[in-house]
Amino acid sequence: MKLTVWTYEGPPHVGAMRVATAMKGLHYVLHAPQGDTYADLLFTMIERRNHRPPVTYTTFQARDLGSDTAHLFKSACLEAYERFKPEAILVGASCTAELIQDDPGGMSETLGLPVPAIPLELPSYQRKENFGADEAFFQIVKTLARPVEKTSHVTANLIGPTALGFRHRDDITELTALLSDMGIGVNVVAPYDATPRDIARLGAAHFNVLMYPETAETAARYLEREFGQPYTKTIPIGVGATRDFVSEIAKITGRNAALEEARLRMPWYSASVDSTYLTGKRVFLFGDGTHVAACARVARDEMGFEVVGMGCYNREQARLIRGLAKEFGVDPLITDDYLEVERRIEELAPEMILGTQMERHIGKRLGIPCAVISAPVHVQDFPARYSPQMGIEGANVIFDTWVHPLVMGLEEHLLTMFREDFEFHDDAGASHHGGKAKLREMGITEPETPAESVDMTTSGPVEIVWLPAAEKELKKIPFFVRGKAKRNTETYATERGVAEISVDTLYEAKAHYAR
Amino acid sequence: MTDRFAPPPSKGCSATPVLKERGQHEVFCGLTGIIWLHRKMQDAFFLVVGSRTCAHLLQSAAGVMIFAEPRFATAILEETDLAGLADAQVEIDRVVTELLERRPDIKQLFLVGSCPSEVIKLDLATAAERLSAQFAPSVRVLSYSGSGIETTFTQGEDACLAAMVPVLPKTDARELLLVGALPDVVEEQAVGLLEAMGIGPIRVLPAPGRDSEYGIGPNTVYALTQPFLTDTHEALQRRGARHLAAPFPFGEEGTTQWLWTIAREFGVSAEKFAEVTDAPRARARKAVSQASEALNGRSVFFFPDSQLEIPLARFLTRECGMQAVEVGAPFIHRAVMSPDMDLLAEGPVIAEGQDVDKQLDRCRTARPDLTVCGLGLANPLEAEGLTTKWAIELVFTPVHFYEQAGDLAGLFSRPVRRRDLLKLEAAE
Repeated sequence: MKLTVWTYEGPPHVGAMRVATAMKGLHYVLHAPQGDTYADLLFTMIERRNHRPPVTYTTFQARDLGSDTAHLFKSACLEAYERFKPEAILVGASCTAELIQDDPGGMSETLGLPVPAIPLELPSYQRKENFGADEAFFQIVKTLARPVEKTSHVTANLIGPTALGFRHRDDITELTALLSDMGIGVNVVAPYDATPRDIARLGAAHFNVLMYPETAETAARYLEREFGQPYTKTIPIGVGATRDFVSEIAKITGRNAALEEARLRMPWYSASVDSTYLTGKRVFLFGDGTHVAACARVARDEMGFEVVGMGCYNREQARLIRGLAKEFGVDPLITDDYLEVERRIEELAPEMILGTQMERHIGKRLGIPCAVISAPVHVQDFPARYSPQMGIEGANVIFDTWVHPLVMGLEEHLLTMFREDFEFHDDAGASHHGGKAKLREMGITEPETPAESVDMTTSGPVEIVWLPAAEKELKKIPFFVRGKAKRNTETYATERGVAEISVDTLYEAKAHYAR
Repeated sequence: MTDRFAPPPSKGCSATPVLKERGQHEVFCGLTGIIWLHRKMQDAFFLVVGSRTCAHLLQSAAGVMIFAEPRFATAILEETDLAGLADAQVEIDRVVTELLERRPDIKQLFLVGSCPSEVIKLDLATAAERLSAQFAPSVRVLSYSGSGIETTFTQGEDACLAAMVPVLPKTDARELLLVGALPDVVEEQAVGLLEAMGIGPIRVLPAPGRDSEYGIGPNTVYALTQPFLTDTHEALQRRGARHLAAPFPFGEEGTTQWLWTIAREFGVSAEKFAEVTDAPRARARKAVSQASEALNGRSVFFFPDSQLEIPLARFLTRECGMQAVEVGAPFIHRAVMSPDMDLLAEGPVIAEGQDVDKQLDRCRTARPDLTVCGLGLANPLEAEGLTTKWAIELVFTPVHFYEQAGDLAGLFSRPVRRRDLLKLEAAE
């Protein structure tokens, strides 16, 4: 058993629901107890879909346990077919139904449905949501994709976007336009808005754009093997990656690499003097492997940040993140335990977090600005406005999104200059943040009385004591760099065996770490 | 005391044949009760023994609250736990020990059963007994089931409270017990009104902490504040306590009748009752009539969710002038529900259980002015042009008793007013 409060990913059948809900003309019959329908509201509320997810739950209850549940499953399948007349049916079990071993796959075969029934084996006690999505999409492709003639002009499939995907809707639009600028058409987008009939035509494309490896890599590999379709390896998030992506497509198709850059504002914004204060901002990245890897590059090469840590929650991408972390010279963090993420963030005391909804809350607790770069996300990250992450416009969106939570350059200087000012004191927080930053969790406690020295040791075997004057001085440092200053000073003191931190120690450490 | 009300209907819907359906249920399981119960019992921790799905459900239902060091968590079953049952008990001990070390402030721990733990027949009752002995006296460990195969949404609170009743000490004192987790502000109002009539001592279940618990015995009388507390009702009767049957305290009429039932039991005079209640009654009437303007003459359709549906339909039809088309409830307990059913005029379909697709068909045919339903159905129905009120808010918002009567009507009238206000189509 594993004690869990927050989960980055849902169970695998939710992943399968993401695929089913993304598609049209497909129905998912899920052998599941009453209550599992809670997952519907992820789609109707967070993503604000205007229809119910195409999922029928058998909703068995305690009194049904025994032979009755198999019967329930069969009648649910038949009724779902009669009512919705889908082109294909997905059948599977949720975690509880997995335990009662009714074998939805076997049962659906005996029903004689006039449409393909695709059984899903999703090991709920070993794997998670992303696996469920990847596996469901793979099984759909494997069952439905047929050998077909290639289109006469060059086309690609966009594969991977699902329901409840972080910015999937707009990424599709952006990439479709980008391909069109190169004279490449889109054959099928899948699973997003695809029908089973569309899936059958996947083979007609010349290559595949694998948008999100988390949800479609297995299918991409299968299509490469079975239909000889190469798939793209670059994720076009950020300016550099988008250019690489275009070159990769040029290589696959033999067309000229053409990128329409008239709307690309991000490089100039980043180069303009107003952005100088972004230089060396220490950022920590966490999320799904794909977004973290892509954003790490943007952070370092396009924003001029210093990446001080990175990690992902999906172990499927652990190798990618480990390799990248090595290249960046940081420790990778592969975990699905948010407390571990929180500990690492506290330890690193970054100036900014790029993460998920969870990191946003960690940032709020620690008083560190945060921008969201990856699922899981809440309703505000399914915006009404156009906001892709990929391609040209994606780069513009990323620049705005990441800069917004940071204290603006001038404000940063004013805070340093007038740090004891009654209106501009550091506990007031940045003017545009709304709420007041709380610093307790950073280990910075208010001194009880100014005369008393407070033990503020957070690490190291030696007891380090902050002398009252030094502590007062520390409090004068703007809140957004104070955590780092405190940590640096303590490290500096520990390394030199200094047990008491004075104002001098503070400034010696500052000089030592100056950059 | 029922003057100034519309007379009770000549024929209530107690005798109406109930449409019993089974099929796909679009409802929450009992685990969701944890979300509000843990706020109410501040020394309690709720440990669900279940799967990742259970953890994901709590996270989805708890919304933003999950980040405020909540006093609930899930022990997620892993492959190895499914292999052999003996291990599972050892694992529970390990997880609980780890948890209690981290949270020494916890005085009551609930082991909450889920579908997976029930299906593999994991004996949580025995685990609770063993752990209670191990951690006594500082921590009491109880168990109940919040599984979807056994409980629907608010029934989770019922299962939890019913698990607490047997361990309360015995007493012969004549005490009034109010049963049901209410928001603090509402609970204080209820207790305040009753105390002003000279009634006491008053106890509440759940008590805010183990320290403030009391005894139960043959002289205990109790009133339910929530309709879904049927197992708790039966557990209390087994301890010899006596039920005061009343309509549930929604709206002015419900609150007055509920209070009057208790007042009569404690020999409060009609004059004293009027002295205490006249002013808040007048306030409630005024607030309801203002807030319910948009509802007058409109029709309402209830999908099953919380068992609050029948009392709320009674409030909406009798105090807000609405017409009920169908009132669906996940479960109807006659003894508990009959005072409300007697007041709800015959006419609407009374449905118990659900076959969601068939019920949706009935709803589309009826095209009610307002549909009360869960979040999985609300936006899809709005997209079809129906106005909806999502039901879960009725459990999470203070809605009981006089001062909230206007807010309660407001919860239903807001979506109707919004539908009238928005003009999103292009001008002709």
